[in-house]
Order: sequence, then structure tokens, then C-alpha cells
Amino acid sequence: MALSLINILIFPGFLFLSTLALAFEYVDRKLCARMQNRVGPPWYQPIADFIKLMSKETVIPTEANPSIFKSIPIFALAATASAFLYIPIWGQRSLYPFDCDLLVVLYFLTVPTLTFFLAGWFSSSLYAEIGSIRAMTQLFAYEVPLYMALLGPALLAGSWSISAITAFYHQNPLLSLLNLPGLCVAIIAAQGKLERAPFDIPDAETEIVGGTFTEYSGRYLGLFRMAVDSEMVALAALISAIFFPALLPANPVLGLLVFLIKVLVVVFILAVIKTAFARFRIDQMVTFCWKILAPVSLLQIVIDIIAKGVILS
Amino acid sequence: MAKMMIPLGPQHPALEEPESFSLLLDGERIAAATVALGYNHRGMEKACESRTYIQDIYLLERICGICSHSHSSSYVQAVEAIAGIEIPKRAAYLRTLIGELERVHSHLLWLGIAGHEIGFQTLFMFVWRDRELVMDLLERLTGNRVNYGMNTIGGVRRDIDSTQTEEVLKALDILEARTSYYIKVCTEEQSIIGRLAGVGKLPREDALRLGAVGPVLRASGVRRDMRKDDPYDAYSELDFNVITDDHADVLGRTVVRVFEIMESYKICRQVVRNMPDGPIAVKVPAKIPTGEAFSRYEAPRGEDIHYVRSNGTDRPERVKVRAPTLANLASITNMIEGGYLADVPIVIAAIDPCFSCTDRMIRVQDSRSGREDRYDWAGLRQYSIDWYKKRGVDLSQTKAAWKD
Repeated sequence: MALSLINILIFPGFLFLSTLALAFEYVDRKLCARMQNRVGPPWYQPIADFIKLMSKETVIPTEANPSIFKSIPIFALAATASAFLYIPIWGQRSLYPFDCDLLVVLYFLTVPTLTFFLAGWFSSSLYAEIGSIRAMTQLFAYEVPLYMALLGPALLAGSWSISAITAFYHQNPLLSLLNLPGLCVAIIAAQGKLERAPFDIPDAETEIVGGTFTEYSGRYLGLFRMAVDSEMVALAALISAIFFPALLPANPVLGLLVFLIKVLVVVFILAVIKTAFARFRIDQMVTFCWKILAPVSLLQIVIDIIAKGVILS
Repeated sequence: MAKMMIPLGPQHPALEEPESFSLLLDGERIAAATVALGYNHRGMEKACESRTYIQDIYLLERICGICSHSHSSSYVQAVEAIAGIEIPKRAAYLRTLIGELERVHSHLLWLGIAGHEIGFQTLFMFVWRDRELVMDLLERLTGNRVNYGMNTIGGVRRDIDSTQTEEVLKALDILEARTSYYIKVCTEEQSIIGRLAGVGKLPREDALRLGAVGPVLRASGVRRDMRKDDPYDAYSELDFNVITDDHADVLGRTVVRVFEIMESYKICRQVVRNMPDGPIAVKVPAKIPTGEAFSRYEAPRGEDIHYVRSNGTDRPERVKVRAPTLANLASITNMIEGGYLADVPIVIAAIDPCFSCTDRMIRVQDSRSGREDRYDWAGLRQYSIDWYKKRGVDLSQTKAAWKD
């Protein structure tokens, strides 16, 4: 019981995830800054930002429903923290693996987007409402390719459990090369899920001010930002667990180190995408997702089905 | 979903200055748009009438933080025309040099802002980093980064020496290499073209009918540039091209601006190489004879018009400024209606707006009753006299500082 509590609250649960989230926010910001020829923030900037937001006055619009307005950021954070518990981080097994945990993790990771929608909708501000609609529109565009891209590797491994998928590719490392198209789709879709440039359409500041978070301030904005950062870590961890399962040492400490390096690689790719493109328009984004990402992820499934038939039988 | 009205401004992250755009949204599309001016009236034209001609240069230079040299040049040209003064050749060349460097810095600034408006922060950071080169150069030549204080009636106030000439040529080489890279980025990078092409269309006929000026007009395929059509300073002796483009959209406006920067480098090199020797200013009496004149100047944003009327004293009787943004604002609603909400910021930014230079009136509305009050100069004076009278001060016998 005590151990489970420690697991959930401290390692690898909430505290560890928060620390990682802030650390990777720093890495992301610093990388972007260096790529844009700027100095970038010092290492403690995300912590300082978080503390500052926590201590600031919170303004709640008079027309917003205060209980929903306050509880939504907590839902977002809780969902990502729960998702993170089912991703293996120091070896082949996660903390509490069970059948179909891949699906549960994916659903948990959809919850933050839904909370962004609700947050915007219930803050009853024009810009926030437009941001909400955009967040939902975008969800329908990237979610299907992302699910299909993760479905392919699962099909080949013959399991819906992340731990089982990791173990399968750990035994057959060369087979994970077949999943490269899926990896590309997953990373691009993750960029959309995290609402980062070039898919930062729901909070495009020059168009709709703060987007879904226009009315949020202080503590609740801080929680939302923490939720977005944790979502980035959880998604990067999920992608590295499914697509780069090779090189997993048996030693848990080394395993954790290897895990961190893999997540770092994913965050680096995400940062490169963020700096390299101009923001898409919502119609361009939807077209891109359905015309390019969805067919590629279908191709991934076909590749995996053929590979399953030809190689494994 | 029902149509909704959303405000863009007067306070909005996409706008650097206060201006109000009301957009009627049909989903993500703009069904209708209205523009309301009048948030930043500074009363400069009236203030000019109580200052001497020399003091007015300093005031008018501060109309705009970016095309400051354009406004002061346009004004001194008008005053020189009334006084019948021919400025020395060297002064004309120096004005041209500063004017072109200003165009370079203004267009680079615009390119960075365009990157910001379409959510491309990297372009913004890179361009503004390189813009520092030309800012430093301007500071080295004039002592200031924005308000150069170069112009005076009858010439310029500072000369440049051979070391400064060297510096100009050296900086131009680096800037030219950088700009060629940005030209490549703007004309080949697919995600930029995807955001700019076909956005904010303004066909040639509409551009002419609505009186667009500057790069907006040239991007609609009209060859109109005051430097060629009505040459001032040293432009009649220089070899350069007027850049036009047939895209008639934001991409066209971008292309026109980036290629204009290259032309400016060409002009700067010619100016520096062919700079004639001689005095940099002629003496002008403080009192300007009676007369009126208006002058046109190709500012980075388009044709800038100044009108000056003198009455034989050392102060002008009337100064009228028509900033290029006013001419381009008329076509804004045409450009954004029917487009996407996401494109509104870049379409507005594509005219390179300068709202504070444009405002000539302020509208005060009572937020509760919706009542509007308008005063002319005499009415405003009467209002202040009455206001003080109620409080026991009688100012009705005080002489008015200005004639109406």
C-alpha cells in the first residue's frame, strides 16, 4: 500500500513526471532558442514561471461557471499523470501492465484536448470559443492517424499491451525498422496533439489572442501549462516505448538513463519541427492530416500485416 | 453555427497600434468586416502651426518611428519649394542614402512581422537579428537608430567621411548575402507560400480604384513609384528598377518588398560611389515667404504627401500630412472579406500599417448612453471656457493661442 502510494505520488508517478515535464520544457525552449539564434532561458526558468503563476492572482470571468472553470485544469493534469503510469520507463515493463493498456493510455492522452475544449467553451469568451472549436476540429484531424500509426506496431507484436509490445520489439529489434512510417506519423500527430507550431492553431496568438486559455490566469493557467508539459513527456515516452524499443539494459538505473535519452531525441525532433515551419491554417491542417498522414498510417498497418504473415509465420 | 461578431482590436496581439476591426465570422470565414479609425490622434498638424519651421522638422520626424526620414524629407521638400531653395547636390545624395537605408530597415522589420503573424517565429528572429546591421549603420551615420535628425531646411545636418563610407559598403555586402537568403526562403519555402499565396487578393482595377499606394499597389502589377514618377533628391541620376509583381496577394507584397531591398542596396552603392563634393546645406532665412506647396515622397510604405502653406512668418499657417497607410486602409475590407480568420492578421500586416501616423480625429463615445460629441476648434475652446467658468475662473478674455 505504502509502496503503491510512493509509486503513484513520487516515482514514477506525479512528482517524477512534473520534474521531467519542467526539465523537458526547458530543453524544448532552449533548443528552439538556439535554433532561432537566441540565447534562450536559464535552466530554472520553467520552475520560476510555474512558481510565479502559482502565486499570481486568479481572475475568473463573471459569466464563467466557477466550479467547472477551476476543476478542468486538474482533470487535464490527472489524465496525463495517469497515462504516464502505464508507460514502461526503466525497462520492458511498466508499473502496472495489463492487457489493452495502450488503448487506455491513448484515451487518457485524449482527455487533455477535451479539457482544452471545455476550458475554452466554459470561459465564455469569443476568442476562447473559437479556440475551442479549433481544438476540436484539430482533434478529429490528427487523432485517427495517431491511433492507426500506433495500431500498426501493436498488430505486428500481437498485443495491445505497451509492455508486451516493448518486450516483443526488444527481442526482434530489426522488426521495429518496419515501423518507420508510423513513427513519422506519430511524431507529426503528436505535434498537433500538443498544439505546438506549426499546429498551434487553437492558441494562435496573432489571431485569437490566447485561444482556449484566453481567460485563464494564475494558478489554473499554471496547472494547464504543467498538464501540457506532462503531456509532451508522456507522448514522447509512449512513442519511444513503441517505436524505439531496442537497447534496453536489464539494470533499472541504466534503463532509466536510456529512456531519458530516447525521450530527449523525440523532444529534439519536436523542437526542430516547431522552429522549421510557419503555422498552418486550420483547413490546411485538416487536409494535410487526412490526405497525407492518414494514408501513411494505413500503409503502416498494411506493412505490419504483411510482415506478420510473411516473416513471423 | 451562428454567425458571430468578433473584435480584432483596438487591443490585440496582432496589432502593434490601436485600431479597431470588427469581423463578422461565419465559421472560420469572414462574412463582413468594418474598420474604425481614431484611437491614437496626436494633434501634430495643429501643433505644427505654433512652432517654427525648424522646430516642425523635429516634430514631424516623430510622426512615425519607422519612416521618420520620409516624413521629415517630405516636409522640408515642401518648405524648400515655397522658399525657392535648391539644395546642394551632396545634401541630395546624403538624403537619398539615409532614405534607402531606412527603406531597408523598414522592409526587414516588415518581413519579421510577417513571419510573426503567420506563426513563423524563426523567420522573425533571424530577420530582426540581421536588421540590427542596418540599424547600427544608421546609428553610425546619423547618431540615432530611428529619428535620424538628418534633415534641415536647405540640406542635411551631418556629413559622412571616408571611414563611414567604407563601413556602409562593408555592411551592405553582408546584408545583401542575408537578403538573398530570405528571398530564397520567401519564394521557395512551401509552408510560407501556403500561407501567403492567394490570401488578401487585390486585383489591379480594385487597387487603382481604392487608391492603394506603395508596395501594395506595385504587388497588383501597377508600376508606380514616386522615385521614378516624380523624382526628388538624387533619384533622377541613379539607376534602379521599380519592382512589380502580378500575384496581387500577400505573397506578391512580400516578393515586392524583398526585391525592393535588393534595389535599395544597389542605390546605396551608387550613392556612396558617386557622392559629389561640396557643401551639405545652404542658409535659409527663418521667415519663409507666402506661398503653398505640396511634396510627394516614396516612403517604405508608399507615397507620403505633405502640404505646407506659409504666411510670411517663421511659422507655417497649415501643415497637412497624408500618411501612406490612410491610402491603403481603404482596400483592407476588400482584402479580408471572404477570407479566413487565420489570414486576417497577415492581410492587415501586409499593407505595413502605421495607424498612429494616420489618425486625424478622435471619437469619444459615452459607453453607457452611446452618445457621441464632436467639437471643432472653436467649440472645444468654448467648452473649456465654460468648464472653467463653472469653477470660478474666467478665461473668456484670454487671447487664443491659435487663429481658427
